[in-house]
Amino acid sequence: MTARSICPGTNAVLAVAEREGYATIWDRYQAQLPQCGFGLLGSCCRMCLQGPCRIDPFGEGPQVGNCGASADTIVARNLARMIAGGTAAHSGHAKHLAHTLWKSAHGQASDYPVKDEAKLRGVAARLGIAPDDKETPELAAEVAEMALAEFSERHAPLAWAATTVTKGRVETFLKYGVVPFGIDSAIAEVMHRTTYGVDADPVNVLLGGVKCALADYAGMHMATDLADILFGTPKPVVTKANLGVLKAEAVNVAVHGHNPVLSDVIAQVYHELDEEAKAAGAKEGVNLVGICCTGNEVLMRHGIPPATHSVSQEMAILTGALDAMVVDYQCVMPAVATAAECFHTKIITTLPIAKIPGAVHVDFSEERAREAAKEVIRLGIEAYQRRDPKRVNIPLDAAKPAVAGFSTETIVGALSLVNKEDPLKPLIDNIVNGNLLGVCLFAGCNNVQVTQDQNFMAMAKELAKANVLLLATGCGAGAYARHGMLTPEATDEYAGPGLKAVLTAVGQAAGLGGPLPLILHMGSCVDNTRAADVAVAVANKLGVDLDKLPVVASAPEATTEKAVAIGTWAVAAGLPVHVGIVPPVLGGPTVAKVLTQDVKDLFGGYFIVEADPAVAAGKLVEAIKERRKGLGIG
Amino acid sequence: MKEIFVRLDKCNGCRGCEIACAVEHSATKNLFAAIFESPRPHRRLYVEPFHERGVPILCRQCEDAPCLAACISGAIWRDQARGGVVMQRGERCIGCWTCIMVCPYGVIGRQQNGRRIALKCDLCPDRETPACVAACPTRALVYTEAEAWAKGMRQGAATTIAAAVGR
Repeated sequence: MTARSICPGTNAVLAVAEREGYATIWDRYQAQLPQCGFGLLGSCCRMCLQGPCRIDPFGEGPQVGNCGASADTIVARNLARMIAGGTAAHSGHAKHLAHTLWKSAHGQASDYPVKDEAKLRGVAARLGIAPDDKETPELAAEVAEMALAEFSERHAPLAWAATTVTKGRVETFLKYGVVPFGIDSAIAEVMHRTTYGVDADPVNVLLGGVKCALADYAGMHMATDLADILFGTPKPVVTKANLGVLKAEAVNVAVHGHNPVLSDVIAQVYHELDEEAKAAGAKEGVNLVGICCTGNEVLMRHGIPPATHSVSQEMAILTGALDAMVVDYQCVMPAVATAAECFHTKIITTLPIAKIPGAVHVDFSEERAREAAKEVIRLGIEAYQRRDPKRVNIPLDAAKPAVAGFSTETIVGALSLVNKEDPLKPLIDNIVNGNLLGVCLFAGCNNVQVTQDQNFMAMAKELAKANVLLLATGCGAGAYARHGMLTPEATDEYAGPGLKAVLTAVGQAAGLGGPLPLILHMGSCVDNTRAADVAVAVANKLGVDLDKLPVVASAPEATTEKAVAIGTWAVAAGLPVHVGIVPPVLGGPTVAKVLTQDVKDLFGGYFIVEADPAVAAGKLVEAIKERRKGLGIG
Repeated sequence: MKEIFVRLDKCNGCRGCEIACAVEHSATKNLFAAIFESPRPHRRLYVEPFHERGVPILCRQCEDAPCLAACISGAIWRDQARGGVVMQRGERCIGCWTCIMVCPYGVIGRQQNGRRIALKCDLCPDRETPACVAACPTRALVYTEAEAWAKGMRQGAATTIAAAVGR
């Protein structure tokens, strides 16, 4: 069996789990092995009641399903539906925020004032809403209405996509008929065209997937914009990360899931309950920590320490020190409730679409946000009194310092301290002079099939040595936080000379007295468009399209359908995109070839599937060099 | 000698055993690479449909093996060191298909592309447990000694009989 994790926090608690006999995701994975070959290859179709139909990958058995669908048709349809699933999740998150902003603007959610008025006015202007003479609530209402209108069938391309990409991209998307006219309608169209007896041309189905992925992009961009408007645009924060941030002498409450609608309010109020926690015996009051991307949201805006991420989410409970885990939606394993059965921990679900057997449900709505936030923390205080100190195992040594909060605005702001008139110029100059070879965005999850964090760490070290500027989001950024990679010390240790010089110059200009962190944490997984915004700004300034920039992306330990959607829009945006997990597409040879080769002729971007992190880093460096050559700066 | 026994009521017809078998008998032993190999890797057991059920059919490693008796080139042989597994060596096979003709279970296959070679179950010499058995999600395939299997059947029968007479 390969190692389960290289995360010190995870491994410390896993040792306890092993000793005490608690089953974790790694044990469940072993029980699933070997996994079904048809599923791994994507060549099983379950889309009608005549199935399931499977295509024999070795050519002896059936080569088409009952309806005549080929392996490529089946694989393309399955992939398109994964993209639709991811899009539904991201845009559901965005829609939730749009409703919150609407309620805020109409005086129905007093706990949600507009926190970043400049962002509101900026987004409104970008969308073509004339802001000059409007009061904040009126403008917020218009932005919220426009956001909600994006979900249905519009007569024009999605505003959140069309106004945020390069002109060249819009033309390319129009040329291949992949411009979405509504987020929900793009999702529904994928479901329609992949159902029994509709779109059988694998390439056409894939283009349908691209269209849906662009709707995903729009939804993600909207989610980030609206979260910034309601909760503030992130600024640099310093904190600690990993399971060592749990405190033996505090009531430990974790927020887990994705949406800041709930977690941000908890971050605003938890200190109000410190006295109640102390009265219950917890000397240090309430300690709020984050798990997964809602953890990233409150990290970015409040400096709340992230405890753990993705595959190791159960570990927070198995420390015996977690009193409450408050969840919203996405990436919350039902297994957290099973793990909690062995401890005093309260698992609290909060949203009507996401309940878990074994959890308690506290109804959360914007109208009673602060009240609900306090209610869940009080459940934590109550549970704390049943905590058994003898069963507490907090890996204190695992806590690592971390700097986060690098929104697009923060990055441009830092660059403007180097060049006030032309903030992007230092970045572009350093790419042109070769101090920076290029830029890589690390995104995506951990995956139980890969030793946790191994690919993230190995690739970042290789690319940093090659002077590639590194950005990160989501659980990838979380992994780097847990390993101390979001620090100036990591820059000193791992950055190549050119990268170190640039990070130091910007860090000095920003008054840090040292370099910027080795990897810039840009937010949760829904915030990937922050990185896209930087790339679009650079492309527009250079007067070239995105598919010419020496910019790549990598999801080396991807898990979710959301990651599939993100990867697809990043390819459509023109980027080489590395995936460290073999996606379920190899059963369709044409589909596999289109995704890794032919798509380059359409959009400029393409997928690089490579499980070996060192080889993958090499391939990304080559992809960056190819583009530098194309720009004449090779 | 351990052999593969089938709990017929457990097979749900997923064909995971067939894929695992073909991958184990590929050059790379990796699914994602094996599907691109030439000659194409070949399964050596077969899930045959019967009404709505799957019935895994595989080599019984017969004592008086018709395939072994019929092989005129010496390609099929008995590996006494492994308890008498009936093996097949491709380099000696002349592709006459006599073994296919005489096997009462029909579990000798042919290489799909490349040279005419007969292929049969070898109980996975590189593995402790054959790949098909390890792959079966419902544990329909059992790798055990004949006596252990029979003992299990007897115990099942004893339980039924005892219950019937009210003991």
